[in-house]
Amino acid sequence: MDTYYNPEDLAKFPTITEESPELGAKFFEWYGAVFAEGELTAREKSLIALAVAHAVQCPYCIDAYTNDLLEKGVSAEQMMEAVHVAAAIRGGASLVHSVQMKNVIKNLEF
Amino acid sequence: MTNMIEEFHKLDEIPPFQKAIDQQYMNTADSCNVLQMNITRKCNLACKHCHVECGPHRDEEMSREVIDACMTFAREQKVETIDITGGAPELNSNFEYLVTESCRSCDHVIVRSNLTILLDERFKHLPEFYAKQGVELVCSLPHYRAKDMDKVRGQGTFDQAIEVLHILNELGYGRDERLVLNMVYNPAGAFFPPEQESMQAEYKERLKADFDIDFNSLFTLYNNPLGRFGEFLVRSRNLNRYMKKLYDAYNADTVEAMMCRFQISVDYDGSVYDCDFNLAADLPIVSREKIFDFVGKPYKVRKIRMDKHCYACTAGAGSS
Repeated sequence: MDTYYNPEDLAKFPTITEESPELGAKFFEWYGAVFAEGELTAREKSLIALAVAHAVQCPYCIDAYTNDLLEKGVSAEQMMEAVHVAAAIRGGASLVHSVQMKNVIKNLEF
Repeated sequence: MTNMIEEFHKLDEIPPFQKAIDQQYMNTADSCNVLQMNITRKCNLACKHCHVECGPHRDEEMSREVIDACMTFAREQKVETIDITGGAPELNSNFEYLVTESCRSCDHVIVRSNLTILLDERFKHLPEFYAKQGVELVCSLPHYRAKDMDKVRGQGTFDQAIEVLHILNELGYGRDERLVLNMVYNPAGAFFPPEQESMQAEYKERLKADFDIDFNSLFTLYNNPLGRFGEFLVRSRNLNRYMKKLYDAYNADTVEAMMCRFQISVDYDGSVYDCDFNLAADLPIVSREKIFDFVGKPYKVRKIRMDKHCYACTAGAGSS
């Protein structure tokens, strides 16, 4: 094994059912239902998935949902806006915690 | 130039197309409904997805002799459609003669235009000519956003296409039911097209709102892994993955309606192919007969030449 991440491994995702068929099958059934057209369109859900993929930094998901969005006619600019949403939440989550830092300082300093 | 058929044969995990399909569809139907004519390799553009690698540097064109043989074939076989393509077909020096004769020989004549050629001083009269002849226009518009189209066809091509679409709309194309204006979407790379119905709705909405343009239908096509696009797949090391995706998307229900079963595709030099993609792959019909050999004879059922590029016609809802 030369690398932890190999693009060809993405296609092996269904093999997660081998060791745990029942749970694996439940997961894939649920996963399919999550991404079906609903109150949100399939395209909106894919954009959310792309943003989350960047937040959790999953190369497989980034590859899968970039392809999926290209095939749904979504532009690079639209995808980048979604990634910025993820980045803003990540960055904002760090920054908003500085309130805690400020609280600690306030508590400790004269 | 990369030999794509040889590249396909290196892909061991993709079975031969002939093994994937029902044997009854290995042959053509017993009549020819569509005569497709590739009348020139000349083009004012050099699109990245072009499977016949046309461009300004090419000069091949169909002669009057080959055109006349095609017209005789069309009349004898009572073909339902004559489909004229290239290159930019307008650049063939016998183009107007061909369109006039085609309309005399057949009720449904399609010209595939890249639109931008119609701004050339030499061809500005053609939109009116098309309208007068009542030909159906199928125009390539890779996207409704300028940036995405220019990426595929060259800087400024979107604005030029929009200018021509306005002219066509004013003549009644896309508005008058006699004058059909269809569009073709090709993905700008190694991925599949969006679902046709939803992309058509999006094109209609955006082109109307942004430019007041009307058209009839949008066809979303899978890029065929041949020619310039095939070279790109090899160069970018996407061939294996793209072919696997095509194979995984194989839909047996599309095989019966594959275009190769109901047509012949005639190249500029009179060579005959089962389809335009076989033409690009340099796979002439098994007998290697030319169009002249088809004239004055009954149409014969023939075995279709197939290879792994045929998976592009059977992916998803079908793309031929």
